[in-house]
Amino acid sequence: RAMAELPPSHSSASRAAALAAAYISHRHGSPGHGLALRDVRRARREDIDGIGHKYHLEFVLEDIFERDSTVNCTAEVLYHLGNKNSAPDVQFTIEGELKNTDEADNVFYNRIKSLKKELEAENIPDSYGNVPPEMQPIRALAWAASGYVIWQNSAEDTKYQLAQIKRVKQVKRTDEYLEFDYVILLHENVSQEIIPWQMTVLWHPQHGVAVTQNGRLPEHALD
Amino acid sequence: MWAFLVLIGAAVASAHLQDLAFDGHKVFRVIPQNDEQVEIIHSLASKMQVDFWQPDYVKLVKPKMQVDFRVEADKALEVEHLLKESKVDYKVLIDNLQTALHAQFDSKVRSTGHSYEKYNTWEQIVAWTADIAAQNPSLVSRSVIGETYEGRPLYLLKLGKSGTNKKAIFMDCGFHAREWISPAFCQWFVKEAVETYGTDSTMTKLLNSLDFYVLPVVNIDGYIYTWTNDRMWRKTRSKNTGSICVGTDPNRNFNAGWCTLGASRSPCDSTYCGSAPESEKETKALADFIREHLSTIKAYLTIHSYSQLLLFPYSYTYTHPKDYSELNAIASAATQKLSSLYNTKYVYGPGATTIYPAAGGSDDWAYDQGIKYSFTFELRDTGNYGFLLPESQIKPTCEETLLAVKYIADYVLDHLY
Repeated sequence: RAMAELPPSHSSASRAAALAAAYISHRHGSPGHGLALRDVRRARREDIDGIGHKYHLEFVLEDIFERDSTVNCTAEVLYHLGNKNSAPDVQFTIEGELKNTDEADNVFYNRIKSLKKELEAENIPDSYGNVPPEMQPIRALAWAASGYVIWQNSAEDTKYQLAQIKRVKQVKRTDEYLEFDYVILLHENVSQEIIPWQMTVLWHPQHGVAVTQNGRLPEHALD
Repeated sequence: MWAFLVLIGAAVASAHLQDLAFDGHKVFRVIPQNDEQVEIIHSLASKMQVDFWQPDYVKLVKPKMQVDFRVEADKALEVEHLLKESKVDYKVLIDNLQTALHAQFDSKVRSTGHSYEKYNTWEQIVAWTADIAAQNPSLVSRSVIGETYEGRPLYLLKLGKSGTNKKAIFMDCGFHAREWISPAFCQWFVKEAVETYGTDSTMTKLLNSLDFYVLPVVNIDGYIYTWTNDRMWRKTRSKNTGSICVGTDPNRNFNAGWCTLGASRSPCDSTYCGSAPESEKETKALADFIREHLSTIKAYLTIHSYSQLLLFPYSYTYTHPKDYSELNAIASAATQKLSSLYNTKYVYGPGATTIYPAAGGSDDWAYDQGIKYSFTFELRDTGNYGFLLPESQIKPTCEETLLAVKYIADYVLDHLY
């Protein structure tokens, strides 16, 4: 086993941290709360023979709606050698308490439940970076769900970010869950490609975010 | 009325704007009736800072003459009391000079729609390049250095007080169509240059001693395409022979390790290097201009987004450039200057390890041409909004980036070669 300190400015550290941030987003995100990678404090890489590369990271996350609200984290990200179909392993700890968003979550839940017509929207944020206040929870939910998609599809040489929600459509359900069908754009930072992706997202205030279906879409799916 | 506006114009021309420099300042109009009242004005001028708009200075004040003068906010009350007590007739011409000045600039915004705090269309940017040069002829001139694939003129602004043997800094924005904050920064930089020349000592020194070549949008066709068709477009809009896919990545199209790594040979890919180095009219025009002015251009800055990085050569190889230590030190100091304003964290380093290896970049090419101080900026943010940076962040992003650019320019001036 060989462990090496990386400069926090190193691109491989930033990729691993982005992956950890995506994973944490998925585990802790909700309509009331989203977390994005702010910067990397420390990074070490461990090469484990026959297994893969494990990154030991210390980084800072910021609230996607409030830049000044930050939280420190540590994580271990293991990229498996060879097996391209297996998602990297992520273990993490968050220093201190995360903001409690139960109230915001419940307000959103009740608002959607009481809509007469299913929610539908496009281009969040719009071309100018605007997100209408009533769409912020829809964006936070997509942020958390895309964290799952990013985690599942990342490799050591990729760095994905949610670039935009192209379309979102609420799907009517008879049970207590909220369901949304999203078409999102993922930006892959190394190839610079914009990749359309579909995801079906289930959410309930007490049950967290679940992505029940997701898949890459062909280019022309956006037309 | 128009005389009044001429006075405001004169005030603006002679005392270039600094943010809030004139907040609360009042302009009074007094017509002293006799020598006694003239004496009162003299004593006022000796007690406090009085900026005479007409006549030019206090000694020229005579009875029956229209006297206009400016005083600072905290002195205005005292002035009014004194004039009232002495029974000198007066009028407040301008209640708040700052507001009046802004209104004058705002009226331009209302008619053309151009704003430094919004993302402007290409048409608005073209009109702005003409206006800013026309309004500041001693500081700004506009020229055309070539044409885009779709036949649009590539406008270049030259900033600086005219002089002989001046060295220059070249800065471009808008290489990649979707990076809208980039052209916004070039426009902001030009605005700051014209507005603070004469009041900001660093900017004044820079414009007196150096010229700045500012290319507000390199990839004009692509930029327009992001407004009309696809907000996420990156490349140029040139047709590729034998392919239905359009466009070349302009920042993989320079002759610097061209297409060896981090670039694609496929026209359908976002990092397509093109059919040959400088295959794109835009990159060829830029390279031609730099080659023609190589003896005077001492620094090259290219503005991109996003990721909050300050990069220097090389990206086409992991090998360090000859000037690595110096460039690294400059980048360290420049990013510190940037952070000092809003605590925005930037990462700096050579391109290959800091972002990714990528051949054909303009910064590497400029460096290998002999332009030692070659930097790429990746502006806000780190992925939260990415390319869709909200307009409310244009001003803070530009303000902090300006600090870094001024630092680098100042360093270059002190280290001319």
